[in-house]
Amino acid sequence: MESTTEQPRNISGSMQSPRSPSSQPYLSVSVTDPVKLGNGVQAYISYRVITKTNLPEYQGPEKIVIRRYSDFVWLRDRLFEKYKGIFIPPLPEKSAVEKFRFSAEFIEMRRAALDIFVNRIALHPELQQSEDLRTFLQADEETMDRFRFQETGIFKKPADLMQMFRDVQSKVSDAVLGKEKPVEETTADYEKLKHYIFELENHLAEAQKHAYRLVKRHRELGQSLLDFGKAIKLLGACEGEPTGKAFSDLGTKSELLSIKLQKEAQQVLMNFEEPLKDYVRYVQSIKATIAERGTAFKQHCELAETTKLKEINLDKLMLTRSDKVGEAEIEYREIKAESEEATRRFERIVKRMEEEIVRFQEQKTEEMGVAFHQFAKGQARLANSVADAWRSLLPKLEASAAV
Amino acid sequence: MMGSENDDESHLHSSKEDMENLFLREDGDPLTRSHVNGDKSNSNYRSAMSTLSDSRHPSIVVTPADSDPLFAPPSYYRESRSPRSKPNGGDRGSSYLEPPSYADVIFSPFDDISEINGSEDGGSRHSQSSDSLSRSPSSLSSDYIKITVSNPQKEQEATNSMIPGGSTYITYQITTRTNLSEYGGSEFSVRRRFRDIVTLADRLAESYRGFCIPPRPDKSVVESQVMQKQEFVEQRRVALEKYLRRLVAHPVIRNSDELKVFLQAQGKLPLATSTDVASRMLDGAVKLPKQLFGEGGGASSVEVVQPARGGRDFLRLFKELRQSVSNDWGGSKPPVVEEDKEFLEKKEKMYDLEQQIINASQQAESLVKAQQDMGETMGEMGLAFIKLTKFENEEAVFNSQRARANDMKNFATSAVKASRFYRELNSQTVKHLDTLHDYLGLMMAVQGAFADRSSALLTVQTLLSELSSLGARAEKLEAASSKVFGGDKSRIKKIEELKETIKVTEDSKNVAIREYEQIKENNWCEVERLDRERRADFLNMMKGFVVNQVGYAEKIANVWTKVAEETSQYGRESS
Repeated sequence: MESTTEQPRNISGSMQSPRSPSSQPYLSVSVTDPVKLGNGVQAYISYRVITKTNLPEYQGPEKIVIRRYSDFVWLRDRLFEKYKGIFIPPLPEKSAVEKFRFSAEFIEMRRAALDIFVNRIALHPELQQSEDLRTFLQADEETMDRFRFQETGIFKKPADLMQMFRDVQSKVSDAVLGKEKPVEETTADYEKLKHYIFELENHLAEAQKHAYRLVKRHRELGQSLLDFGKAIKLLGACEGEPTGKAFSDLGTKSELLSIKLQKEAQQVLMNFEEPLKDYVRYVQSIKATIAERGTAFKQHCELAETTKLKEINLDKLMLTRSDKVGEAEIEYREIKAESEEATRRFERIVKRMEEEIVRFQEQKTEEMGVAFHQFAKGQARLANSVADAWRSLLPKLEASAAV
Repeated sequence: MMGSENDDESHLHSSKEDMENLFLREDGDPLTRSHVNGDKSNSNYRSAMSTLSDSRHPSIVVTPADSDPLFAPPSYYRESRSPRSKPNGGDRGSSYLEPPSYADVIFSPFDDISEINGSEDGGSRHSQSSDSLSRSPSSLSSDYIKITVSNPQKEQEATNSMIPGGSTYITYQITTRTNLSEYGGSEFSVRRRFRDIVTLADRLAESYRGFCIPPRPDKSVVESQVMQKQEFVEQRRVALEKYLRRLVAHPVIRNSDELKVFLQAQGKLPLATSTDVASRMLDGAVKLPKQLFGEGGGASSVEVVQPARGGRDFLRLFKELRQSVSNDWGGSKPPVVEEDKEFLEKKEKMYDLEQQIINASQQAESLVKAQQDMGETMGEMGLAFIKLTKFENEEAVFNSQRARANDMKNFATSAVKASRFYRELNSQTVKHLDTLHDYLGLMMAVQGAFADRSSALLTVQTLLSELSSLGARAEKLEAASSKVFGGDKSRIKKIEELKETIKVTEDSKNVAIREYEQIKENNWCEVERLDRERRADFLNMMKGFVVNQVGYAEKIANVWTKVAEETSQYGRESS
């Protein structure tokens, strides 16, 4: 199921500076050209996904496919299943509000977020080798539809059924073994991490909430400047000179600044609020991974317990030279293998998470730095335009006043 | 949000107060030159003016009306620009004259400009004012008068009845500081209640017909419970202060006896209340039955000088109403018509202007709210990031976290700073744009002045038509009388009485016409004055508003430019 642990290749993607000579392995993806397809309730947006690569696993240097949002969801779900322990990059939310679903702003935001999503995968040393990624990037639409339908179909895959069965089994063995409390890791470091992640989500959500409000404030200020400008111009029309001209100029500037404010509102939304939302989603993805680790830990513990029990049982049977020894031995070996597998899975998750956390922190510092920088630049630019616009009125105002 | 801030008072003690002070001109004084004379009270202003004359920026002119430190010593202007680089270089060597940076100017809240009793009456033709606004300080005489309303107190209504616990009311302390000679003293206080203000306003309305009298604060139709509440009392105190200050700002009304009495007379206000007036006029009550029956007595010339009012003027009201209806229906053409096209146009214009001022003042309120909200949300966002910073620092395991926490802290503190600037900007904006609100009140005053004119005209028209009908009756009687041989004693007597009435009415008519002409004159002067003042005030307002915006925008730009520099290592991708 999972690929053997290879040495991750240093593949460069589209998010780094494109200085890689063609001999170096690269994989670069872009999500573009949102197009509305279908009618009425069934309407949806499709995107063009362009892959440029020189990797041998891929069918050629460039491939273009058409994908829709649920295809991205499929990819994410598959990766989540297969690469436990890795923080799978988050997807933008499905929009609940019908009206908003096809607004230009929403579509653009989603496209940008999906682009970031795929590129993060393409840049991740382990994820980039995923077969599912290759399918996603290359399969034709019919194949993709089939895959996707399988995933979301009513009939669960056999693997899922096994998992459900195991869950029931472990619950039963809990009862049998007289355990009522769920088994959890209690190492200090891990506790600290969990606490950190959960708290972080709260803080980030609040910051993001205010950032979103700030976008609205920009829009509102823009609107009020527009209305004010119009009103002042009308007032100027009533007055004679020189007041009339001065008012008219003032009104015009006000209207001009209103446009700048609307633009800045959009910038803040795309370059600041959206990264903050992304940060929140990332943290939620980590929480999902934490849950997975918890499950894996539980399995590892329980299977270890069960193995021990079987071993004890086997020894007992061997002592009494029972004819059930053979059977018991086979059972024991099977359980032992499963237990070792569960332990391996758990340990792999732990190891991955350790690496992922480092990556995550570094990535977020970089991304937030960019966001702060963009925000500050935008605000400075806006403030300077405001100052310039108003300042340009002063000589005329002085002249009028002197009349 | 639009009310004046109460911490204004604390700023009064700065030296700015001298500069802000009211340089009133007394009526009839020759125009003093705009250059400063040797008055002590002008010393601060003068020093500001002289330092300004060697300013390198002659395009910026100072007028004391807005002469807070904003424009004072040119050391406030920086020669080197704010960090933002201009493409054509900011060197001093370049021929391009850098506009002054307002970012370094210390913006401090100033007392309401509109409340400053600067005066300008007719005849202000400055020869050479480099001194912009005609509003201000060519009037550099040392007269001033300043009103403060404070200290609301609850008092008990003195009742003669046996019922215990009479109604209560609020009185306010009205303090006048002045050096005008008509007032016997430089500082004095009286206690007045709202009812007294109403009386004052009514008496002024009678005495100054045709003038644009600032409207008084509304009577509020609220429950007595609400009347006691602190908020209501405070609102009213503010409104009263504004009203009285406007009154003393009016070049003519300032000198009225009614106002002087109001401000100075201790104890009960010695002005006739409106009900008193009614009863006073009723001592002509003996004439009343005759008037009711439409015979004898004509309108006395005293009464004619006032518009008809309900109650005692019952008959006159009825006649004037009949006249105005006849006017409206174009029944009989009134002998004197409002032919003054100019007046009618002016009236139209004033109405339009009023509508636009209303509109502008509403949008100004929205603007102010939007600025306020921006500041608040920016601040809240900053605080949220500060919390995040603290959190990351406490929990930091990796250096990348500490670096991020550091970036966040810079960002957050800048956001809080910017938020503060937005809020300061806003409180200044409120003060500037308040001018629009003020003018709403003044437009009402104009309406009142125009209404005075119309009602005076109506009185004239009524009298004229009455005269003509009286004349017709006399003619008829004479004709009938002449037919009777030897004279008709009763008719002759009637004719004589009628001629008496006609004479009285004729006199009244002349008085009414004089009154009407006077009111027209008053109207014209007032409207002229108002237009001039409004022009200056609006220009001042715009200038103040714009300078304010520039200054704070620069400050905010500086804050964010710094953050952009500090985070410049991120985002190698261009925006």
